[in-house]
Parts: sequence; structure tokens; C-alpha cells
Amino acid sequence: MLKLDKLTKIYKTGDKALSEVDLEVPKGQVIALIGPSGAGKSTLIRCINRLVEPTSGSATLDGINITTLNSGGLRRERRRMGMIFQEYALVERLTVMENILSGRLGYVGFWRSFLRKFPQSDVDEAYRLLDRVGLAHMADKRADELSGGQRQRVGICRALIQDPALLLVDEPTASLDPKTSREIMRLIVEMCRERDLAAIINIHDVNLAKMFVQRVVGLEMGHMIFDGAPEELSPDVLTRIYGEEDWEATIETVDDDDEEDGS
Amino acid sequence: MSGSVDIGVKLSSRLGKPWRKPPFINSAPLRWTLLIGTVVYLILAFSSFEVNWSRVYAGLERGWRFIVAFSQPDFTSRSSDIIEGMTESVIMTVTSTVVGIAISIPIALGAASNIAPMPIYLACRFIISISRALNEIIVAILFVAIFGFGPLAGFLTLSFATIGFLAKLLAEDIEDMNKVQAEAVKSTGASWLQWVNFGVQPQIMPRLIGLSIYRLDINFRESAVLGLVGAGGIGATLNTAFDRYEFGTVAAILIIIIVVVMALEYLSGIIRARVK
Repeated sequence: MLKLDKLTKIYKTGDKALSEVDLEVPKGQVIALIGPSGAGKSTLIRCINRLVEPTSGSATLDGINITTLNSGGLRRERRRMGMIFQEYALVERLTVMENILSGRLGYVGFWRSFLRKFPQSDVDEAYRLLDRVGLAHMADKRADELSGGQRQRVGICRALIQDPALLLVDEPTASLDPKTSREIMRLIVEMCRERDLAAIINIHDVNLAKMFVQRVVGLEMGHMIFDGAPEELSPDVLTRIYGEEDWEATIETVDDDDEEDGS
Repeated sequence: MSGSVDIGVKLSSRLGKPWRKPPFINSAPLRWTLLIGTVVYLILAFSSFEVNWSRVYAGLERGWRFIVAFSQPDFTSRSSDIIEGMTESVIMTVTSTVVGIAISIPIALGAASNIAPMPIYLACRFIISISRALNEIIVAILFVAIFGFGPLAGFLTLSFATIGFLAKLLAEDIEDMNKVQAEAVKSTGASWLQWVNFGVQPQIMPRLIGLSIYRLDINFRESAVLGLVGAGGIGATLNTAFDRYEFGTVAAILIIIIVVVMALEYLSGIIRARVK
């Protein structure tokens, strides 16, 4: 479904953030992208929806080459790629509802969105999603009144209301406590399963990644140096990705302990 | 990892010696030349003023009459002139602020380096510099020359001045905005206008409101000065009163201006505290 072909990004400073990355993500598959800070994880997913312009190579979504689209075509394809951010990236002075409905901006005209007259079906879907993540009572709160975990749930709703085929998820748990992190990861993975969505999840926390995904891709200095099942992440592989450390302590098998879902 | 990384400075050569903050200008001769030069210049500059004490003595009495007039401000004998002047000033202030803001917003968007392409950025910055470089009085003299005496020249002057002020400060606020929030809106497939409306506008709204009210306040004060060069408003009334040595009326007008400015200031404080 998503296919990256020799995707490369060289910043103006000369830093080579991505080096000929080839990656194929089939429909419905959730993959974790791991690697140290500065490895190019963020750049990779931003090159897919072209918040960052790739220098060369291509990204193809269902046969459409995103890299060569003009601005109108790019806007149409961006609707099919929902993005979830590290610091939630909700527009803080807008209400929760406005934030979620902003996920429909690619589908409605300017005046409709300016006057906040979104189609009833969009509003209904927004309420359904809010209810699904357990925040139905928060619709008219301003986004900056919510806690971190709540904000990220709204961020997830905003991405899902786009009716995307692919989720691009950038460090969704980096600003959250361990318990909320698990809840958010579980929510993302569940939503992907329910809607048969593919997802690329950038994540620092190797253990958290292993708990929730079927496939892990390792990035180091812009090079893809690992692609396999979570079980194949040996200390040797982690040393290649992150550098020398005592990885045995990290790799202890995590018990999928008592499931307490926040929703 | 370790504290003994060799970067050319031996710890033993540092211990036991006092520490002093490095001077702002490193070269000692240059430092002293600048310091002594400044002091000498200031002494010469102050001694160049000539004070004619007998003139000051005569002037003191005139100044005193002016101040005493404030104890008996005369609101009544020129009341119709004052009302007419104030009405003109208020009309000038409100219209020029509204028009100035309306023009400033697109220019501010164009003058924000993080969202505007280079040619548009340079063009908008150019407009802002022109508006800021020309003092209101000079612009007012020009517009009075073109459009004749009256509030139209004042309205145009204040609109023009508002652009430089508001567009510059608003553009700076846009440049400081949270990039990721705007990025998130862009990633949904929003058009440029939708992106501005959802991703940028909410972030700059408090600043826009605060600056607009502040500018309203400035425009009112300026409208009083512009009358002195013939651009209408309460300033024209004030000028006439000065010319006729009617210090009572002058005092009345100044008191009204002060009260209005203070009221605006109080109002803007309330509004700015509520918009966060």
C-alpha cells in the first residue's frame, strides 16, 4: 500500500537525514520505527506527507506517487494520511471539537470551515470518536484545558476523522507517563485493527514498541539497518542501532500485565 | 564521561586564582578610549546649551498662567467647538484603526518569514519600513497638502501609521508561533486559507486584540496632535484655542484628552486580561 523507494533527505545544512530508505507497508500493518534521536525517524514520516520535502526518491501511496504531486494533489493525498504528534500539536486556543473537525478541512470548503458549519455527518463522527476515546463530555472545552493523555486522545480523533488509509505517528508517548503511554499505544493499535489501517509509529521506547507491534524497523543515521519481528531485536541489533550499552537489562520480557483500559 | 578531558586547560593552573567576569570589550585601550570619549562628549554637549536667565524669568510667569488655567478649565464658552472637535477625533480614530487593522493583517502574514515566500516577505517588510520611517506629522502635512484641511487627511495619516505598527508587531508574533500546531493543521490536507484560519489565527488572536486596542489608544492621542498641522479633530480646536490665548479652553481640552486616554487604557487592560 505504502511504498518508499530510495527516499533521501539532505537538509540545507548538508546533513543527510535519510539515506535511500526502501520500505513497504502493506494494508493494515502497524510498524514501529525505532532509533536514537537524530536518526531521521521524524524526517522519514514527514517526508511521506511532505511536511518535509524529500530530496530524492519517492513515496507511493496506493499507486499514487506523492513526491511529485502538485499542491492540490498533495492536499488530496494528505487527507488519506492521518498524523499524530509528539506534543499532541492540538491548536491550544481552539475547542476540542474544532480540533477534531480540523481533520475534515481537506474535505470542506473554506467558508464552511471558517463559519464552523461542518456537515452533520462530520459532527456526528466527531462525537462518535470522542465517545470512543472516553472524552464525550469534553467537546466544548478548550484544548489547553486537557491533560496530556486527554490531548493525545483528541489528537488521535483528529487523525481518524480524516478517514485515512495510513497513520503517521511521531513519538506519541514521549511526553506521557508510563501508564498513559501504554493506554495511548493500545488505543492507536486497536483503532488500526478496527479500521484496518496501516501505521508507522516512531518510538523511543523499545519495550513499548515490542508490546504492541508485529514489525520493527530500525533507523540509524538515516540508514535503515533493521527490519524484522520484535523478537529478533537482540542485544546485538540494539547495539547497532543505538550504540554500546547493556541491552540485556532492557530486553527482559515484558509481561502484558493487567489490562486497564482508560476508555 | 570523565572529568579530566584534556582541552588545553590545566586544572592546577586555575585553582587558587580569583575569577572575574570577562569584559564586554576585550581590548583595554579601545575600552578606555570609548569610555573617556563618551564622558568628554557629554560634557561638551551639555555646555553648548545657552541659558538666557532673564528670558526664563519672563517665561516663568507665562507658564504659571498656563498652569493656573487648569484650576479653572473653561468647558462652556467654546463648548460647541470642543464637541465638534471631539466628534471628529473619535470618528478619525475609530475609522482609521479599523481600516489600518484590516490592511495590516494580510501585510503581517506576508511579513512573517516563516510563512511567506521571500519576494512577498521583502515587499511587505518594505511597506512596513516606509510606514514606520515616516513620522505621523510629516505624513499628515503631505495628506493635508493633497486633500486639504480636515479630518480626511487625519484619517488617512492614522491608517497609514497603523499599518507599520500593527503589521510589524503582528508579523513578529506569527514568527514566534508554535510551528507544530500549524503543521498539524496542514497535515490534514487543509488549504492555505484554512491553514491560516485554524492553525495560525488562534495562536495570534490575543496579540491581535491587545495590539488593536493599544493602537486605538495611540490613534486617539495622535489625532490630537495632527490637528496642529491642519488634519482636523480636537487638535484643530486645541490649536485655535492656543492661538487665541484661551488657556481655560486649552486646559478643558487637555483634561478631556487625558480622561479619554485613561478610560481607553483602563478598558484595554480589562479586555487584554480576559483574552488569553
